[in-house]
Amino acid sequence: MNQLNYIFKRLLQMIPVLFLVTVLTFLMLRLIPGDPARLLLGDKAQEVAIEALREKMGLNEPLITQYWIYLKGLLLLDLGTSLKYQMPVSELILQRLPITVILTLASTALACLFSFPIGYMAGRYKDRLPDQIVRTVALISIAMPTFWVALLLMLLFGVVLGLLPVGGWGMTFGEHVKSLLLPAFTQSLMTSALVIRNLRNSVVDISRMDYVDFARSKGITEGHVKRRHVLRNAMIPTVTLVAMRMAHMLGGSVIIETVFSLPGIGRLMIEAINGRDYSVIQSLVFVFAAMVLVVNLLTDLLYSFLDPRVTFD
Amino acid sequence: MKKTSNHPQKRRLPLWMTRVTFVAGGLIVLLMIIVSLFPAVFAPYDPLEVAPAARFIAPCVEHPFGTDFYGRDILSRVVYGARIDLLIGVLGTAIPLVVGSILGLLAGYYGGLLDSLLMRVNDVMMAFPFTILVIIIMTILGQGMQNIFIALWLVGWMSYARLVRSEVLVMKNAEFVQSAVVAGFTNARILFRHVLPNVISSAVVFAASDIVMCMITGASMSFLGLGIQPPSPEWGAILNEGRGYISTAWWITFFPGLTMALTGVGFSLLGDGLSDFLRTKGR
Repeated sequence: MNQLNYIFKRLLQMIPVLFLVTVLTFLMLRLIPGDPARLLLGDKAQEVAIEALREKMGLNEPLITQYWIYLKGLLLLDLGTSLKYQMPVSELILQRLPITVILTLASTALACLFSFPIGYMAGRYKDRLPDQIVRTVALISIAMPTFWVALLLMLLFGVVLGLLPVGGWGMTFGEHVKSLLLPAFTQSLMTSALVIRNLRNSVVDISRMDYVDFARSKGITEGHVKRRHVLRNAMIPTVTLVAMRMAHMLGGSVIIETVFSLPGIGRLMIEAINGRDYSVIQSLVFVFAAMVLVVNLLTDLLYSFLDPRVTFD
Repeated sequence: MKKTSNHPQKRRLPLWMTRVTFVAGGLIVLLMIIVSLFPAVFAPYDPLEVAPAARFIAPCVEHPFGTDFYGRDILSRVVYGARIDLLIGVLGTAIPLVVGSILGLLAGYYGGLLDSLLMRVNDVMMAFPFTILVIIIMTILGQGMQNIFIALWLVGWMSYARLVRSEVLVMKNAEFVQSAVVAGFTNARILFRHVLPNVISSAVVFAASDIVMCMITGASMSFLGLGIQPPSPEWGAILNEGRGYISTAWWITFFPGLTMALTGVGFSLLGDGLSDFLRTKGR
């Protein structure tokens, strides 16, 4: 019951943020110099069509009315028509969205798979060889630009070794998995490095805590101390970081999908910007923000599960 | 169980390691700064000079980093690019560091309207992925170096404000601040003489890693075609030009990226050393 209450309150708290996000995405189009209707329809549009859209968007009405029209469209999933693809924006986004979601989930899963054991180990062997190696590799991983790593991996595995596709999404499930390997790995690299550093420092700090010594002095087995007392407490800041990185990687999909020609919404964003497809850009910005809000909400829930002391205040 | 486990103040790294990493980072950064200040000394050719006869030459003695589609020398382009990318990293960090820290200081100390306003802006900014936020601003403002700066400034200050604010909230109740209040010092004096020196170190440490972030973000924008446009020798832009020839002329992408990674490692080492130094010094 307490948990439900918490979820409900978190949802309520999301409303003002969501409201401000819609205001921002609405204003975005108005901040770009030029007539919004002309921007949406492109240079080749006829005067009649522009005038009709001006009427529909209420561009001669006060800003509040225009915002209301925008909000109504958003709620009804009427996001306009894509200039480039000549199809409803909502349909276009729904088509592309799953790839970005899968890429982000796969990258997050890979990052956790690498970084949890490695980060924990580095913390346990603080200042000894494993720790030094891990710290050095992590430091270098953080400094490498993602798009450069992506191109190098593509060159190595795609061109030289010919093991994996250099880009695209493929048709079958097997091809999808193969197409996802390099992008997900590239995307996970920096997150892994950051999580490893964070987890290592947490493990080092927590291992020195009095309650860990106390648990040992009670005669609890070493494995139990590590799992229940050290690891679980070290996971709390780590989970927050993983969630922040997940939001970051959603944005990073713009770069990764462009390099690997994955037809997700990240690449769609760049195509839309290059094609001045403003209704697509505007809607995508909103979709990105909505996804981040969902990630944050789920994190808060996980957080309250990991640390029962956390309550909503 | 290790004997040292009850000494929370123990250094994270042995002292000599701290010094070695700090010095190594400092040397890399110094080298990059020198290269960017005097590119003509290090670049064997003009970075924009087109030589149709010298297209796609693999790395050799005359062209250590090879040449590109237009026969331009990649080493010269990387050398001249250092100035642009370093400037993006440093300037993209410096302004947010100053502005964000001051705002965080004021919001944390005074609370009230400024603080709630800051936190609301924070909530909204946190709702957008970092890269998307930068891309939106670049879309609104258009391409170009100046707009990269504006985008990085608009997005970057919040991290510092948040960081400093949270430290001020803790520091505000510290005894020495309270006694300064009781002693009747002016708010300005308390803020800048007593609070600021004690909260700024984490912001400075963050700035060292932020330089790398800004540099990579700036280069990403150019890589995506949204930032600095060819033929300017910006590292991300060079990578973008080389992308199409990755299977035939790998050197066009390899060397600029390697230089960027090396610069990033330099700043990270410097930041790590700084962080260890401040941690031991401060306690």
